[in-house]
Amino acid sequence: MNDIIEKIKKSGLRGRGGAGFPTGIKWESVVKSIADKKTKDKNTKSFVICNGSEGEPNVCKDDYILDNYPEEVVEGIKIAMKTTSAKEAYLVLNHSLFEKYAEELEKIIGKAKIKIFKKVGGYLCGEESTMIESIEGKERKEPRNKPPYPTEVGLWGCPTLVNNIETFYSIALIARDEYKQERFYTISGDVKNSGVFRLPEDWPMEKVLHKTGNFPEEKFFVQVGGGASGQIFLDTELTQEACGMGAIVVHLFSQTDLKELMKKWIEFFYAENCGKCVPCREGVFRLREMLEEEKINFEDMRDVLLNLRESSFCPLGRAVAAPFEGLIGKIILK
Amino acid sequence: MKEMKIKINGKSCVGKEGQTILEIAKENGIEIPSLCYHSDLEAKALCRMCLVEIKGQKDLKTSCSLLAEDGMEILTSSPRIDKARKINLELIFSHHQEECPDCVWFYNCQLLKMAKQFGVEITRFKDRKVGRKISQCGTVVFDQTKCIDCRNCVEVCPVGFLEIEGRGADIRIKESEDEQKECINCGQCIVHCPVGAIEGAGEFEYINDPFKDKNKIVVVQFAPSIRTSIGEEFDLPIGEIVTDKLVAGMKKLGFAKVFDTSVGADFTTFEEAGELKDRLEKGENLPAFSSCCPSWVKFIEFYYPEFIPNLCTSRSPQIMLGGLIKTFWAEKEKIDPRNIVVVSIMPCVSKKYEIKREELKINGMFPVDYVLTTRELAYLFKKNKIDLRNIESEKADDPFGIPTGAGVIYGASGGVFESALRTAYFKITGKNLDDVKIKEVRGMQGIKKKEIKIGDKIIKTVVVSGIRNARKMLEELKKNPEAFDTMEVMACPGGCIGGGGQPVPTDEDIRKKRAAALYDIDDKKEVRLAHENPAVKKVYADFLTSEEIIKPILHTKFSPKKKTTLQKLRNSKETNML
Repeated sequence: MNDIIEKIKKSGLRGRGGAGFPTGIKWESVVKSIADKKTKDKNTKSFVICNGSEGEPNVCKDDYILDNYPEEVVEGIKIAMKTTSAKEAYLVLNHSLFEKYAEELEKIIGKAKIKIFKKVGGYLCGEESTMIESIEGKERKEPRNKPPYPTEVGLWGCPTLVNNIETFYSIALIARDEYKQERFYTISGDVKNSGVFRLPEDWPMEKVLHKTGNFPEEKFFVQVGGGASGQIFLDTELTQEACGMGAIVVHLFSQTDLKELMKKWIEFFYAENCGKCVPCREGVFRLREMLEEEKINFEDMRDVLLNLRESSFCPLGRAVAAPFEGLIGKIILK
Repeated sequence: MKEMKIKINGKSCVGKEGQTILEIAKENGIEIPSLCYHSDLEAKALCRMCLVEIKGQKDLKTSCSLLAEDGMEILTSSPRIDKARKINLELIFSHHQEECPDCVWFYNCQLLKMAKQFGVEITRFKDRKVGRKISQCGTVVFDQTKCIDCRNCVEVCPVGFLEIEGRGADIRIKESEDEQKECINCGQCIVHCPVGAIEGAGEFEYINDPFKDKNKIVVVQFAPSIRTSIGEEFDLPIGEIVTDKLVAGMKKLGFAKVFDTSVGADFTTFEEAGELKDRLEKGENLPAFSSCCPSWVKFIEFYYPEFIPNLCTSRSPQIMLGGLIKTFWAEKEKIDPRNIVVVSIMPCVSKKYEIKREELKINGMFPVDYVLTTRELAYLFKKNKIDLRNIESEKADDPFGIPTGAGVIYGASGGVFESALRTAYFKITGKNLDDVKIKEVRGMQGIKKKEIKIGDKIIKTVVVSGIRNARKMLEELKKNPEAFDTMEVMACPGGCIGGGGQPVPTDEDIRKKRAAALYDIDDKKEVRLAHENPAVKKVYADFLTSEEIIKPILHTKFSPKKKTTLQKLRNSKETNML
């Protein structure tokens, strides 16, 4: 049964939902926690959740995958169900993905116990524990304390494997021995040829931009990982590989009002934050307030950002800081 | 349970499996700053003040929620942690409008202590909650301008009356508009709020009101549980018995007489034991419910009116004593009862509501005119430079100055039943119990069951503290009406020693010590049976000689209640005394 886990580990696959956690280790820990629980209660259930919430701006790869490879996604989920002896799985789709693909996916799923769940709630419901809360029908969709991680205490208290659509797609390829260490890049912004591209995961970003005909001819910087929480890289730093959800947003200096860009980000986080913890609720409120000022107090702003990164409750709160810190540190105050 | 060895700041500490880092640190005398953490509640990890560093882990973790693992090495303070804490505190101050002199935490504010510790600039960010709503429901006042959205009140509210509305920075905690939900005034939200956003009506604006009319004779009575809790306000050890110092302090404040509500409790016991005997003999209105906790009474009247006949009609100790002061004592002292002002010092904000119940009036007069909480009395003492640490003891006044041990243990969950049983046993069998202690109904557990043989009858009793537990028992009774013969309920955990008017902080360790001290007093009392209290005997012999006299002074009635209208206040100084 664990051949597939060995294969995943060997492939080096990391979760494609943004956090990049090694998939083989995640699967192993679910299998282990199910085995542990079964020693106490042999009727212990477990669940698989496929995360198709794709709530991060400028990321469209899950859409692309469902459009082109829906069979592989379902196959990947089925492999996960078998491996973790889960009787049921949930395929969570955001509103747009649901409208586009639910019908076709139903056909592919057939009699398998995979339930398509239309995502309720916003950006935050893409965070795995929040997604679990929303499937459970909780009124306030907010992240849970971790640990315990969903791998141990997930949906309805049972061990639960949560992976992204692209991860399940990759699993299907790994099982068929067709996986070639490739990933999907969403390229957007001030480019000539935006879109979703499948290319090797270890390519430096400059190579990805060149290959896709998107490398600008003038000075620029990129936001990598997503159009809200993605990190900032200068055009001189593109020798690294892309991180997060593999999205690259290109910003030409000539075309970008940096303050407006920060305002765009903060409006997104202001609308999407759940309000549960102090650093995120208050920090995002203060950032928004500071961006309304004529002259930004960068000392205050950096403190608030540091606190978001260091002490927010959930990964999404911690991720708010990255784009601002990058933009301020590498560009604005340079 | 598995033992775990961890290191905190280099110090070896031993904990048990399932304990959090914060809990183990506390047991080992290491203080970790925290605000939303309360040992009565689930760890929510929202304020992010209890951050720690764990060796080998990248992210800072909240020690309130993280379970310790064997071998963990933990730092509770470092430049990295302290910087995050400082900014967090500055953000917390920015949505907490200070009104320090009018705060239940005034002398013990955790926020200010931490501000000092971490070098916080408390006005770094503009207060963002200026102008938010301040509202009063019954005797509980909720001030949105001070609330830091920690949700402790929502969690602790036993009836789900407090709700979270909105998201992000628009979140607010609000009183439910649901017609099926009503505040029962227990005040647990007050003692679980870390920043004083919730307070009792009149706290602390009206504490001088009892003295405003110089022509009146102002007498005071103090509840059983005050004597082992108010010392905390003066940094005395938790559970220190300060009865006589408390009496001296109140005399110094200018009260004409100081009476002990525990004597009132002896009257309540005597009446309630009579009711119990009567009901058991007739098999009517069983199980008999205690009725001295006004929050419990209101809970029944609003949520379970079908159980109203089960409530004993004997009035609560403060009301009985207030009534006897304005009848028996007034007559004896030849004072016009209209010239007497009765003030009760209570561990409770619900008692403020109880005194305004119309059906309690005797000859058109309320038995009690003012209720001040333990906190309010402590505030008055401090304002008048009365320090319980260095004051000459004095005794409470005749004829209501000396209670039995039974009257004193009323302040702890189980005490009412234990007292009533001691006297009911006598009323039914004609003999006194050999051992007056009923250990099984003592202690902090929320539900305590016990079967007791009286004569040839076995009495099934249950003693409950906490309204959530009470609800469980009522549901059990709906299925099996004969599950119990008697049920004592106190709304607050551990009984009145954990009341909503008690000093903050309050937690289980503190409640245990306050309760243990009450039982100590009982142990040392020569007279431990309410029916043997000479004061009780004398008043029945000389004054309470017929049903016609007894009923209006010592008994009451109950009726179904409707939802209370929420009042909006312009500022928190404007609370309504009902």
